[in-house]
Amino acid sequence: MESGLVFFLQLLGSGIAVGCLYALIALGFVLIFKATEIVNFAQGEVIMLSAFICYFLVTTFHIPFFPALVITCIAAALLGVLTERLVLRPMLGEPVFAVVMVTIGLSIFFRSMAGILFGHNNLVFPNPFPSETLKLGGIVLSQTQIWIMVSTFVLITAFFIFFKYSRIGLAMRGTADDQRVALLMGVSVKRVFSLIWALSFATAAVAGIFLANVMVINLGLAFVAISAFPAIVLGGLESIPGAIIGGLAIGIIENLAGGYLDQMIGGGIKDVTPFVVLFLLLMFRPYGLFGKKEIERV
Amino acid sequence: MLQVNNIEVVYNKVILVLKGISLEIQDGGVVALLGANGAGKTTTLRAISGILDVENGELEGGQIDFMGRPIHNLDPDEIVKLGISMVPEGRRVFRDLTVLENLLIGAHTRMDKEGIRADLEMIIRYFPVLKERKGQLAIYLSGGEQQMLVIGRALISRPKLMMLDEPSLGLAPLLVTEIFNILRSINGEQRTGILLVEQNARIALNFARYGYIMENGKIMLDGPSEELVKNEDVKEFYLGVKDDLAKKSYAEVKHYKRRKRWLS
Ligand SMILES: Nc1ncnc2c1ncn2[C@@H]1O[C@H](COP(=O)(O)OP(=O)(O)OP(=O)(O)O)[C@@H](O)[C@H]1O
Ligand SMILES: [Mg+2]
Repeated sequence: MESGLVFFLQLLGSGIAVGCLYALIALGFVLIFKATEIVNFAQGEVIMLSAFICYFLVTTFHIPFFPALVITCIAAALLGVLTERLVLRPMLGEPVFAVVMVTIGLSIFFRSMAGILFGHNNLVFPNPFPSETLKLGGIVLSQTQIWIMVSTFVLITAFFIFFKYSRIGLAMRGTADDQRVALLMGVSVKRVFSLIWALSFATAAVAGIFLANVMVINLGLAFVAISAFPAIVLGGLESIPGAIIGGLAIGIIENLAGGYLDQMIGGGIKDVTPFVVLFLLLMFRPYGLFGKKEIERV
Repeated sequence: MLQVNNIEVVYNKVILVLKGISLEIQDGGVVALLGANGAGKTTTLRAISGILDVENGELEGGQIDFMGRPIHNLDPDEIVKLGISMVPEGRRVFRDLTVLENLLIGAHTRMDKEGIRADLEMIIRYFPVLKERKGQLAIYLSGGEQQMLVIGRALISRPKLMMLDEPSLGLAPLLVTEIFNILRSINGEQRTGILLVEQNARIALNFARYGYIMENGKIMLDGPSEELVKNEDVKEFYLGVKDDLAKKSYAEVKHYKRRKRWLS
């Protein structure tokens, strides 16, 4: 193959892998926002906590990687249920501003808990996958990258089937659409909310565990949530397909920009690109590519 | 089947909106609840459905019994399961769901897949237009189709009592007639009781066998429909048939118009 094309595909491939992580993080935000209209600022801390939990399951308790991943997701889901029940439900009907402040408080609480429980050191996740790379016609991907893509694909397909075909999934979409009417249909909105927090936290956990595989684990891992913001804004806060496409798009764009422009201008482009995209987007389509301009039909 | 006994409802802890409402519906009965804007009709339905708290409302007094058991402390999903379903005002379809999904979410409290399928067939018999639109998003339906959809959505939970909040609002007269004819056959064939809230008293009293007239959170008058339509006050205020009054206001309007033209 021509080397220019290979270079492009290589950037594309690793861009998709990064994009999958952005997509998962964005999905965590969007699930909660779509159903409850809350932007959960503690989402990054859940990512970080999950990375720690999985790390200790694997190292201290010698649990193999995939069972550890499942256990971590279950733990995160339980944390989601508890958070909704103890922190958010009492806030029902309070002004949005107050609820947002509560989630910021929650993020601080989670971070200090993590500091107390897991310490402030940098930890390195023992690579669960063989270190041989995979070569697909010239482009080289690590097994971690492959697993990130496979897991994201499986998770998103599962979500799709769940929301499209299951009774509870339908009830959740109805609740997101019109909570009051959903109540009249006999949907227990309380149960829908706690399930949504569980799903969102579990998704954040998957993101956190894979991030732990490509970054060092420390309290700062919580801040990767911010780097997913361009993806969220690109997709629109209320759109699940938007979160996925937005995440992938930002991953690919930043990788391409890094690959081509860094050589010319020298370092740093990769980290800035998503925010440049974000800035342009906010100028031209502030509600995101897939977000809705509110159409009110009276 | 339903007894509402002297209920009082307060919004935001201070505004007393229902000041002791009582009404009754027999098994399979058709009852109309009439009144002007802000009389408290919707609030009455919310109280029966158990959804006051999302509106910051509270039942302060009174009792609501359905099939002989008190329901005013139950959650809305339990009330649906007992057999009361509501068609809220303003054709509130789920916009992001398809027509079929709108109907299916109405069956949320049911677990019998076979029964649900059979009832989908039944609903499509009553509202054949919904069949062709099955896969479309509900937001793209016309107003009349949306009204049919929300009635179908309420019907699929197999209610013993269906409450409709101003189903005629904003629909063409011919369509209103059609919808009420279908409601009449649903009432006859499925024995579904109907509590109909309307501002259009003529349609409502023509449809229902018994009527309650509300004003300012109180029931002012009630009786069989044929008696209510003969009542002088009802005629004057709700059916608008007092001829000289109508003429007088018409003359006033004309006078005003003439004056305006003269001035400008
Ligand atoms: N959520 C709410 N919070 C506070 N006050 C409310 C609320 N909903 C209704 N009200 C007030 O309660 C009174 C009765 O309202 P309700 O909606 O029950 O009247 P209605 O008879 O259904 O009127 P309409 O014919 O206009 O629908 C009105 O004065 C209204 O302003
Ligand atoms: Mg009303």
